[in-house]
This record gives sequence, C-alpha cells and structure tokens, in this order.
Amino acid sequence: MTTGLLTFTDRGIFCPEGGFYIDPWRPVDRALITHGHSDHARWGHGRYLATHAALPVIRHRLGNITAEGIAYAETRQINGVSVSFHPAGHVPGSAQIRVERGGEVWVVSGDYKVEADGLSEPFVPLRCHSFITECTFGLPLFRWAPQARVSDQIAAWWQANAAEGRTSILAAYGLGKAQRLMTMLPGLGPILTHGAVEATTDILRDQGYPIPATTRVTAGVDAKSHPGALVIAPPSALGTSWAGRFGPAAEAFASGWMALRGIRRRRGLGTGFVISDHADWPGLNTAIRDTGATRIFATHGYTTPFRRWLEDQGYDAGIVQTEFGGDEADTPEPEPEPAPEPVPAP
Amino acid sequence: MKRFAALFNALDATTRTGAKTAALAAYFRDAPHPDRVWTVALLSGRRPKRAVNATELRLWAAEAAGIPLWLFEESYAVAGDLAETIARLLPETATSQPPGLDATLRALIALTGRPPAERRAHVTATWAALGADERFLFNKLLTGGFRMGVSQGLMTRALAQVTGVEASVMAHRLMGDWDPAQTSFAALTETGGSDGAARPYPFALASPLEDAPENLGPPEDWLAEWKWDGIRGQIIARAGAFAVWSRGEDLITDRFPEFAPLQDHLPPGTVIDGEIVAWGGSAPLPFADLQKRIGRKTVPKRLLAEAPAHVLAYDLLEDAGQDLRDAPLSQRRARLEAILAALPPGLPLSPSPTIPGDWAVRAAVRDGARGRIAEGLMLKRLSSPYHVGRRRGDWWKWKLDPYAVDAVMIYAQAGHGRRANLYTDFTFALRDGNDLVPFTKAYSGLTDAEFAEITRWVGRNTQERFGPVRRVVPELVFEIGFEGIQASPRHKSGIALRFPRMLRWRRDKGVADIDTIEALRLLLRHKTGGCLPPAPPEGI
Repeated sequence: MTTGLLTFTDRGIFCPEGGFYIDPWRPVDRALITHGHSDHARWGHGRYLATHAALPVIRHRLGNITAEGIAYAETRQINGVSVSFHPAGHVPGSAQIRVERGGEVWVVSGDYKVEADGLSEPFVPLRCHSFITECTFGLPLFRWAPQARVSDQIAAWWQANAAEGRTSILAAYGLGKAQRLMTMLPGLGPILTHGAVEATTDILRDQGYPIPATTRVTAGVDAKSHPGALVIAPPSALGTSWAGRFGPAAEAFASGWMALRGIRRRRGLGTGFVISDHADWPGLNTAIRDTGATRIFATHGYTTPFRRWLEDQGYDAGIVQTEFGGDEADTPEPEPEPAPEPVPAP
Repeated sequence: MKRFAALFNALDATTRTGAKTAALAAYFRDAPHPDRVWTVALLSGRRPKRAVNATELRLWAAEAAGIPLWLFEESYAVAGDLAETIARLLPETATSQPPGLDATLRALIALTGRPPAERRAHVTATWAALGADERFLFNKLLTGGFRMGVSQGLMTRALAQVTGVEASVMAHRLMGDWDPAQTSFAALTETGGSDGAARPYPFALASPLEDAPENLGPPEDWLAEWKWDGIRGQIIARAGAFAVWSRGEDLITDRFPEFAPLQDHLPPGTVIDGEIVAWGGSAPLPFADLQKRIGRKTVPKRLLAEAPAHVLAYDLLEDAGQDLRDAPLSQRRARLEAILAALPPGLPLSPSPTIPGDWAVRAAVRDGARGRIAEGLMLKRLSSPYHVGRRRGDWWKWKLDPYAVDAVMIYAQAGHGRRANLYTDFTFALRDGNDLVPFTKAYSGLTDAEFAEITRWVGRNTQERFGPVRRVVPELVFEIGFEGIQASPRHKSGIALRFPRMLRWRRDKGVADIDTIEALRLLLRHKTGGCLPPAPPEGI
C-alpha cells in the first residue's frame, strides 16, 4: 500500500526513501524503535536506532545488537529523510518518531499516553500532516481517573491488607508500569520485586530515573522478613508457588484492562486497579486534534470502530494492519509481557 | 444505593467465601430494614419486573453519553455487559444524596407501564443523580440480569449468622411466593415471607457420580430410580392451599391444570417431590413435548390433550402435616407409596419406579435409559434425610455418557459477562457431501485457556463479519456432546439437539475427519442406544 512518505508492509511501517522501518516485526536491515516493549523492539534487525533513554533496556532484552542512540528532539538525516524522536509519555525512554521530507511531515506515535506519570518523559504534541496513532483503548468505555486517585486506591488496599497481616501482591508489566507504581505510591512499607521486574528497574535506576529503593525477592525474603510489604511482580507470577511464599496474601492487577469487569473476573481477581500507560479515549482524541493532521491511521487496538469514529469527525482515516492482519479488538492482549530475561554474562 | 453499592463492591472484590459471608452479615446488621428485604429478594432471584427494555436503554444512554448509537454498540460488544457499558459511557457527575435501594426499586416498579417519555425522564434523572458504582447497579436492576456472585446458600448462612436462626430453617422461611414490597425484615426472618400454607421446602439436590457405583458400598443401602428428563416439582396439598412449585421457586400451579384434582384426593398436609413429565399414557414423552407446556401461563385444550402432564413421585416431605424430612428415605418412600396406593385410579400422579438389583444389574438397566426417555439413574442412600440443597454423599446422579459427534466450528461470537471479549459462542457444522451444514451452537465445555487460545485464532482467521458474529476458516474440530436429538423443521439441518456442549477440542483432527449430517439423521431414525452409527470410510 503506497501512501507517500511512509508505506505499510508485511514487515511493518516502512520509509522507502529513507530505507528504514519503524518498529518492524520481522527482521530488517534498519529499524527505528519507539520503545523497549517486546512487540515494538524485536530481535534480529541489522541496525537499531532508539533514544539514549530507551537503549539500555533494549540492549538488556535483545542482547548483542548493533544499536545507536539519539537524543530527544535531535534531528538526523537518513538518505535525505529527516527523522527525530520525541517523548511519548508511555514508559521511560519511549518516543514518537517524526519523519519529514520536503515539507511533508509524518508522526508515528508508538504507544503513548498524555497524562504525565511523574517518571516517563511527558508526552509532547507534534504538528504533522499524517499521524499514525495507536488505539489500544480506542473506545469511549475507557476513561482513566487521574493518577493521584488510583494511587489513593492502591494505597488504601495496601494498608488494609497490611492491617490484616496480608502481603499485597500487585501484578504489573515489568517495563514502565512497575516503576511508575513504585514512584507514585506513598512509602507505606517495604516494596519487594520479582526478579524480572527488578532487573529492568535496576537499569532504569542506573540511568538516573528517580525510582525509590526496592528489594528483590530472593531466598529469605518473605512476609516474615518484610511484614506488610507490597510485592510488584509480572502478571504471570500471580497464583504461582512463587507467590505462595508470602503466605496469606491479597493479589491485584494494575492495568487499563481492569476497567472491564469481565476481564478482571476472568482472571479470577477480586481486585483490579485501572491504570494504563496508554492514552484513554479522551487522551487519544486530544492528541489527534493537537497534531493538526488531516490524515490519521489507526493501529494496535480497536482499529475498525476507531477509524469509523475518526471518519465521522471529518478525518481522512485508515488502518495500519499489524502482524496478524486481524483486528486486534478481537484480542485485547494486555500490555506486552516482558520478554524472557536473557542470562546475564558472567 | 450507597450502602448497597458498598456491599456489592465488597462481594465483587473477593473470591473468598468467608469474606463474602462476612460482608453480607455486616450488611444485614446495619443496612436499613427495607433494603435488607430487597437484597434477600434479589439474591434469591426475586427480581422486580423490567420497567424498561434494553433497546430503549441503549438509545437513551447513547444520547446521554453524546455518542452515536453505532459506537455505543461497539462499546457494548467489547464490555459484554449492558449495565457496565452504560455506567462507563455516561459522563461522571457529582452525586449529592442518591436514593436508597428501597426507594429506587419502588420507583422502578411504579414506572412499569408508564409512557416512554416518563420512563425516560426518570431513568436519565436517576443516572445523573448516581455515582459510577451506584449507576452500574441501578442499570443491573433495570436490565434484570442481576447476579452478585453470591449463592442463595451463602446469603442464607449470612442471614442465619445475623439472626441466630439455623440455616436450614432460614432457607425454608425464604421459600415461596413473597413480595419484597409488602414484607418486613422481621416477618421474613422470624416467620417466613410467604403464606405458610403454600410454602415449599428447599429442594434436595444431587451431585454427579464420577466414581464407580461399587465404591458407594452395598447396593441394598441404595435406592435406584430413573433420572427423568422433565422438570422438578413440589406438590403441596395442605388445608386451604394447593400449590405446584418448580425448582426455581416458580409457582406453576396454573400451568398444569390437570393436577388440580389432586387437591381433592391427597390427604391434607401432604408434600411430594417428583418429576413433572409429559405423559404418553404409561410412560413419559420426550422433553420436547413438555417444553411446549413450560412457559405457557394458559394451556390450550389441544396441548392438554397432546402433552398431558404427569408427576412421577419420588419423595414425601410432609405427611399428615408433619415435616418428614429428617426421617430416612426408606421410611419416606414407604409412606409415599402407601399414600399413592390409596388414590383412586386415573390421577396424574404415580410413584417413580425403583430399580432393584446389584450394581451390575442396575448398570445394565441404566444402559437402556434413553429408551425410557431418561438420562440415567439416580442413586439415593436409603438411610439419608432429605437435605437442604446440595450435600455431597447421599444423592447421586448417575447419567449416561452423552452422544457425541466431531464437528467443525464455522461461526464464533464473543460471550457476555465473565466471557466478554472472549470468543465462546460457536456454531458447528457437519459434512453433507461436499458442503458443511450448520447443525448446532455450543458455548461450554472448554477451559478459559482454550477459549483464550481460540479467541486469538479467531482474530487471525476471520473471513467475514456479521455484526458481532465472525465467519471463520472451517478448521477447528470439536467433539460435540448432546443428550437427545429430535426433528426440527425450524433448523436448516432439520434436527435439534438437547444440551449440546463441547466435550473436547480435537486438535488431532481436521475438517476432513468430521462426522456427516447423515449420521445424525440415522440416529434420529433409530433413537436408541448410546452411540452413533459408524461414519462412512474416509475418501469417498
């Protein structure tokens, strides 16, 4: 499909003149990566370009890759096409990618949210002609409460559990959400982490992100050594023997999908906290309006209804199919799970 | 509504039974009395009549939310719950003093049958006055699909805890036909809500037998009888009252006028538990014949002649006004048979025959259950009392294995509630020459993990969308189990199945391996025995 400066191929978004792809899902020679989540930063590309802030986690996850860093707002020429990376507010280091040639401007949003979370570089609106936007939560069902309110809810839950002698186990994605929770919650007690979470947290802490101290769960770290603790773990750790070590515990999941009661109940969870690193419905609409773009492509999410909504609003709207060709509204996969941790070199 | 919403959230926020009971008990201690009565009513399936239909709600809600109707529908398809969809789409409003549960429900009841403009004004004004949680519950009350994840048994235990009344006694007090708008909390819990004369006993329930019956012990300790394919009923003949109750506590006396003569012949103070079936003179007719009667408030003469109802009695709960439930089954059964033997001939009531013999004999009899329009056998311990609800150990249902065919999935649709967003409702096809003929739908039988995997598969294998329905590549094969089969001119395949469900996902089979529609038609013609005629050899 030829659409101008950027085209959509079965490997991902491609710039024919620049000879580069953005977040491709199959191996390519040259890949520009918006952020380190595993469905955006994939293994096997010849060369990677990502923000300095995103690269340490990407290197940690993908191992030995040929990668180059770029500062936010720095412009680079690739075969006569100007590219620059700008904060997307999704997770620490995440970027929107701006592509310009001969006055024609495209922006690929990657994943984004417009509310500042106190940790990620806050979202910067960019003017453009064509905007490729994610729409993970592209239905009016999804409207997030302000972060402060969710923080109060989680704090109250943590405190009530501690009062009952229960450990609070909070599931969250390892890159972004976990560190956001650590940063936004008041210091009510020790915060323990699953190894998969702590590895990423360590990297971000080393980069200088202001993340409070946490303790990795190892042998001897349990409810006895750390009474009233909050444990942050990947969703896959809930209900496992790993979680069993804490004895009486309350489990919860922090995700935008918890807005849907059906999904929460299906996970067998009594408690879900609605907090997302993706834009909600008002956020998507604001972000799109602020670009001034007339042409919008929806990707990653409820693309079919979202495109129709945009057309109703007078936009020239299209859909960028993702890897599986299907409409992802069918399969609301939670925010990506962290990739398996590579074994660190001795 | 605030206190009720707090209860709902407390129940919803935990999966632990102890915590649920505690939350309910706390509510029954401190909520306003009329609200408590409504809560008991809601948790025991006594819902007020729907004042508003779902179509109206969608239109009003879309308008109140300021979105086009199509976007409302898309959102509903994703949330899978109308009440939740509306609650999430309406703009948040500051709430001052929302009305209580009692006032809310009384206002709703008063709204029934009012002109649409008036109903709309009331509903939209209530939405505006409620916070998000209360709004969700209000919508649940409006749409009638109210479930709180609390069984009636759990609610009864909480009430027993608060009042100090024994749970089985409390269960009995909550039975029958009572109107929450006319009943006080004190009357309900101290003497019972309904007219005592017509009040049924809580039904005893059986568990499926998974073990070999030999493990139950000596066969002579057990009564065996047919597990009929009808509806469970309780016949009450007391001084001044004659009532027929269904297991769902619906009063169905008027639906079965042929039972009316029983009140003149049964000794006063008799309560019988039995199966209501359509009667062919000496044996039951298929469930399909009874089905014509269920749900009809009045019965035309033609149906009364075509499908007369009959009770196959299996237990006696009250004898000469005495509650007999603590007596052993052997005694109850003997009394039941004595009472029935004394009745004049021609009444629509007879004992459900018992099946004597050792386990091998009974197993052989059970194999012929389908020929008797039964689903298998019931096994009841002769020394057991008549329990309240399901108590494992004394009552077992020993059902036949279902019929089974291998079929391919051709359509998929997302489910509702807990299954929102997950493809769980499938249409299956069998082979008819080179064509695929849809023949049944099924929704249950797979694990959550399997449904999740199929949902991802549907996303990648959709060929066409019809609203919420996806036509998919005919590739996934499932073993479909069912209990019965009948001719049905309303279905394209010409057949209708009873209780179809997925027995398992046949990952080892492809569309070339599925059964033919001809096999089902053969089964329809020889509707006996438990297995299908062999499929034709491959490659023809």
